Amino acid sequence: MPGDGSRASCAMTRHERLVEELAGRLDPVRPLPSPVARAALWLGAALLLGLGLAALAGTGGFMLRMRVPDLALAALGAVLTAAVSAFAAFATSIPGRSAGWALLPLPPLALWIGASGFGCLREWIAPGTDIPGGHTVTGCFSFLVCVSVPLSALIVVMLRRACPLRPNLTAALGGLAVAAAAAALLMPVHPHDATATDLLIHAVAVALIIAANGLAGGRLLSRDARLS
Amino acid sequence: MILVMAGDMAPRSWTLAPGSGRALDTTRAGERNGGGARMVLEEELATLMASAQGGDAVAYRSLLKACLPVVSAIARAQGVRGEAVDDVVQDTLMTVHRARASYDPSRPFLPWLRAITQRRTIDRLRRAGRRPREVNDPLAYEAEVDPGPAPGQGLEARDRAAALARAVAALPDGQRQAVEHLGMRELSLDETAALTGRSKGALKVNLHRALKALRASLTQEKE
Repeated sequence: MPGDGSRASCAMTRHERLVEELAGRLDPVRPLPSPVARAALWLGAALLLGLGLAALAGTGGFMLRMRVPDLALAALGAVLTAAVSAFAAFATSIPGRSAGWALLPLPPLALWIGASGFGCLREWIAPGTDIPGGHTVTGCFSFLVCVSVPLSALIVVMLRRACPLRPNLTAALGGLAVAAAAAALLMPVHPHDATATDLLIHAVAVALIIAANGLAGGRLLSRDARLS
Repeated sequence: MILVMAGDMAPRSWTLAPGSGRALDTTRAGERNGGGARMVLEEELATLMASAQGGDAVAYRSLLKACLPVVSAIARAQGVRGEAVDDVVQDTLMTVHRARASYDPSRPFLPWLRAITQRRTIDRLRRAGRRPREVNDPLAYEAEVDPGPAPGQGLEARDRAAALARAVAALPDGQRQAVEHLGMRELSLDETAALTGRSKGALKVNLHRALKALRASLTQEKE
């Protein structure tokens, strides 16, 4: 049909114009490092932040607390969750990589939540241990939020360098990585054992961080197809 | 424009010759069948993309042109039709440009391109789904069945009723009464007998004769 033919040739001209435009503005780019390398870089930055905070706040009794099995397991779970979630976030930000990577953080997440919950049980069984007052709880909460902000900003900047085709999933994984890293960084400066209140506050803070990253990050990461 | 590869071991030495829309090495076209063809295409695209990441505009132009039919085919396979296919192609090319650093040269190119195309297709389909569309499909319009009454249907029914009324009115009194009461008003034989003062036997005979007469007169009228 003549109409179809003219439409097809018009489309070809349109495509060829775009191809010429894109080729004309081509700059050399360095391929992004692998998701493992990028996750390691981000975790390194988080570790530096943690070391700085530990130097400021002191780590009194940290080694003593790490001898308690459930506290040590919770710390290990948080660290593993942060590492694996960061890797999954960077992996899902690359086009063509499987969304199945998003399931990878589930086992360490279960360990983290399970071990923290076990701390609550211990508090029920052996009451009278150090129960944090309102001031400490607020301190923990603000610590988690303050640590999360720079870590979130960093991971968003790093994720935006790739092309997250599922921005909400990638942002939620990034949020989980940030929340876990913040909880892991809190452990050395945490002056008491886990309690129900403590766990609840952590859960609220973690949920807030993930939700904020999911909402804001999803928008920050979902750039429409436009020229950069 | 046709792209000629100067030797298999020299991926950077691409040259362009005028006269063709395809930008691939055509010297090995005979080898292209099934999986082998896909492998060749895959290798060529990966090599072109690696060169484009290094800033080679010629390779990049060739790559984008080679991507056009692939992107269109993926979009069509996902249910995009008409001009929307061209929109998906444009969106995908722009995303490829923006995301070109995220391609890892050690991995195959087509899965990377397919993921971007599928996402842009979904975005386009979602946008189209939110917008009310004007349907222009003459065949579907012609074949549409109108559930309402057909034009003239009422007139035909009225004509039939008038013809029947005329035929009934033309019957002798006994037969007419039998048809009116037994046939049209659906009264019982007893009720009709009481109403008209005729015996049930006479009514039966009258009805039988009336129906015969009506059949004859209406058939005649139709002819």
